[in-house]
Amino acid sequence: MVPQTNNFYIDPSRCIGCQACVQACGECDTHKGHPMIHLEFLDRAHSTQTTPVVCMHYEDPTCAKVCPADAIKKTDDGVVQSARKPRCIACSNCVLACPFGVPKMKSEFELMMKCDMCYDRTSEGKRPMCATVCPSQALFFGTKEEIQQLRLRSRPVNEFVFGRETVRTKVFMMIPKESPVEHVDVTAAMNFGAGARRIRLSILQTDAAADVMTAGMYAEAAP
Amino acid sequence: MAAIPTDELKIIDQFGPHLAFSGGKRLDPGVKADKLVKTHCCFCGQQCGIQLKVKDNQVIGFEPWDEFPFNRGMLCPKGVKRYLQVSHTDRLLHALQRDPGAPGGFRDIGYDQAIGQVAGAIQQIQSKHGNDAFAVLTGASLTTEKAYLMGKFARVCLKTANIDYNGRLCMVSAGAANKKAFGIDRAANPWKDILGAQVVWISGANVAECAPITTNYIWQAREHGAKVIVVDPRITPIARTCDLFLPIKPGRDAALFAGVLNLMIEHDWLDHDFINNHTAGFDQLAQSVREWTPQKTAEVTGISEKLIRRAAEWWGTAKSSFLLHARGIEHHSHGVQNCLGAINIVLASGRIGRANCGYSTITGQANGQGGREHGQKCDQLPGGRDISNPEHRAFIAKVWGIDEKEMPGPGVDAYEIFRKIDRGEIKGLLSICFNPKVSLPDNNFIAKALSKLEFYVAIDFFLNETARHADIVLPGSLQEEDEGTVTQTEGRVIKINKAVECPGDAREDWKTIQAIAKALGRPHGLSFQSPAEIFAELRIASKGGICDYSGITYEKIEKQYGVCWPCPSDDHPGTPRLFEPGSWNPIAKGAGPFYFPDGRAHFNVAAYLPPTEEVDEEFPLMLTTGRVVSQFLSGTQTRRIGPLVEQYPEPRIEMHPILAAKLGIADRDWATAESRRGSITLRAQVVTTIRPDTIFIPYHWAGRKSANQLTISAQDPISKIPEYKVCAARLKKAGAPPQYSVELEAQQ
Repeated sequence: MVPQTNNFYIDPSRCIGCQACVQACGECDTHKGHPMIHLEFLDRAHSTQTTPVVCMHYEDPTCAKVCPADAIKKTDDGVVQSARKPRCIACSNCVLACPFGVPKMKSEFELMMKCDMCYDRTSEGKRPMCATVCPSQALFFGTKEEIQQLRLRSRPVNEFVFGRETVRTKVFMMIPKESPVEHVDVTAAMNFGAGARRIRLSILQTDAAADVMTAGMYAEAAP
Repeated sequence: MAAIPTDELKIIDQFGPHLAFSGGKRLDPGVKADKLVKTHCCFCGQQCGIQLKVKDNQVIGFEPWDEFPFNRGMLCPKGVKRYLQVSHTDRLLHALQRDPGAPGGFRDIGYDQAIGQVAGAIQQIQSKHGNDAFAVLTGASLTTEKAYLMGKFARVCLKTANIDYNGRLCMVSAGAANKKAFGIDRAANPWKDILGAQVVWISGANVAECAPITTNYIWQAREHGAKVIVVDPRITPIARTCDLFLPIKPGRDAALFAGVLNLMIEHDWLDHDFINNHTAGFDQLAQSVREWTPQKTAEVTGISEKLIRRAAEWWGTAKSSFLLHARGIEHHSHGVQNCLGAINIVLASGRIGRANCGYSTITGQANGQGGREHGQKCDQLPGGRDISNPEHRAFIAKVWGIDEKEMPGPGVDAYEIFRKIDRGEIKGLLSICFNPKVSLPDNNFIAKALSKLEFYVAIDFFLNETARHADIVLPGSLQEEDEGTVTQTEGRVIKINKAVECPGDAREDWKTIQAIAKALGRPHGLSFQSPAEIFAELRIASKGGICDYSGITYEKIEKQYGVCWPCPSDDHPGTPRLFEPGSWNPIAKGAGPFYFPDGRAHFNVAAYLPPTEEVDEEFPLMLTTGRVVSQFLSGTQTRRIGPLVEQYPEPRIEMHPILAAKLGIADRDWATAESRRGSITLRAQVVTTIRPDTIFIPYHWAGRKSANQLTISAQDPISKIPEYKVCAARLKKAGAPPQYSVELEAQQ
């Protein structure tokens, strides 16, 4: 059991894209050699912004809901585990259904594996590999009191609205203290087409980022 | 004869770089480690604490070391995967002799035979051409014990003046400036002083990629309300969310600092009490910056005047602050002036020598600090002593048990050693822990010089690109295979602990060096039985010097999680923060906190000069070089670690879309960058995060992928650091993919 006092927090504004999390993930005993976390460059052409993607551990996990073999279980501590080997039929339903691209079909084992919050470590009171090594602590594992004391400018949220669906997760996102939670309207973003990245979360840098370089230059030298 | 023995592709085939991935015991979660060894990372100057998992004399993985206070378990990707360098297929297990007929151009020979040949060659060259005709090149990744031993070996055994080290590429501008301003060369503050600073100023430091752990200190300061100012030609990951970004033209830092100081004076954002009581030289400096109006500063630096004013105001009016810089301002033909400019705005603010008020360069290499203190530098003796100072010479000669007159004088810097080789003045070379064919600028010249050597012996654990020129290669030790101390970026002396034994004929480097001395028939003072014995002598040799280690013991290091020097006595806890009011040091002797006889810090006029090679019609762009997070320096280790190579496989040319569009280059196209010295064809990375007049290439790769084919060998007149961070270049779309793209793997 992962102690209920310990929580997982993600703050993408702190992420520096170093991939220490990805490299360390594969060193955890429950999925050794298979990193279950991935790192996204949001728009490298215009920004160095990156964000690590771990399982959010939904209260009502989508991956488990779509599993025809009932192979994906959430333990009592709220951690959504990798598929159970005797049950998993390697159909990839979960892979397709997860909005974050977390579950991975490992064809060599005919098994879905996913981020399990480093269950071998967290169930013994240790921190997950990714949150232990993260040099910027964009990934943080600890108590509510610790995060309140350390992160004076932000607050944790774990309730998200996607269209008409409200999702509650075990993992928290850090957002600016005073800012409202922006609800993502997927259809609005779709109108801009695939090329235009207009989805804006207030925790990320605004779309003025593209101009920071030339705006800061001496006018004569600027192009 | 130090030409490459056979086709480079054949050498690569035999000796790599090949990639290591986890497998076997390392992947089996059922395998339990025999022991966990508390030690530190083998790469950068942060020196993160880490525990290595060892099973059957093999490092099978790592476990975070949560208690080590500097990083509390945090690691960057290099630290996470460093264990894959141990038991590597490319590991040198035997001594090698150059043999054009052998596969890969080298054949195995017996260790003792190799040592005998090395001694014979040294003897022959020195008797024919004089002692100084044999040179030694060392590195700042060596433990302090080894660095000390290398200095002693060169001066006492070889009696050559020509020893220098790869810290010449790294720390020397900051070191020289610190000595001029403070009289001592060390981080002024522990990193915890960053946490409470109101303003954190970062000049020319890609913190997130080159010193990743420092990021959390900076972010944590921001949580407490700090404003972060970043000065860089690129929006690096640390710059992305900073409060103020100044997109400076490469090589203009002294001008920016002068402009900021001028505004501080104009608005009286000065600490007059501090300036009057604890410094000297302010009036002359103030006079010199008067010409640096915001308008002129903007013109020269390429930063908008508005942002320069804002930066000066934030800095000028802060109550507490921490200024950090790194190679971005130091790798210049006026690198010392840039650093002095930074120090001037710190001293004018009076914010140094107390909690939350600090200044430091960010040390690059593992032992960048300790490796520059104890005598492997051409002009230096242990304890930070000066080889030209008669008293210092006499003190060390006594410790070494030699006649002071026999001790050579100052030698020349690492690059000048190659010029001397090229001119035929130096005929023989021993190198350890240095890969100059990749890491020195204008490296086609370095390859040419290497080929002129009569005899070259390289000590390394892998056959690095420079060692391919060697007559004899001696298999050295990896960091995991030996013990000793290093001094990390804060000036904290820490202990590297041995995890595994050297494989095959390889042995600890200090044993190899002593074996050469013995074979030369000159074993005097080089018969240590352990690193602890070397450290014991180093403590005595450093006593009374500025870098005083005399009160440091291995036990104290373990107990305190490191000891910050100066530590002048057994009961002294060490000195985490320098320049505290009322503090004592051996130079000022109580006159004041700074390391000069009057105890005052010195302001220095930091004159701005343009880069050695300005842009022109023929070469209209500025080329700057640097690092990526998953690679380290010349890549001897990290280009052999599979997961790190996969993270960023090959260098790319970073350019702004305005520039790319003008030249018809699209993202990922092959593009050719040229300077007056060389040309390189790489894929383009088109991003708005770089100035449109500047291109960037990371330097970790070798041969035709080496950025240092283009860089200029201009050096700072004081520190002799090369100007890696700016030269003139031009860019065009490549007609065809380069030949290497079908011949070589990414890391080769």
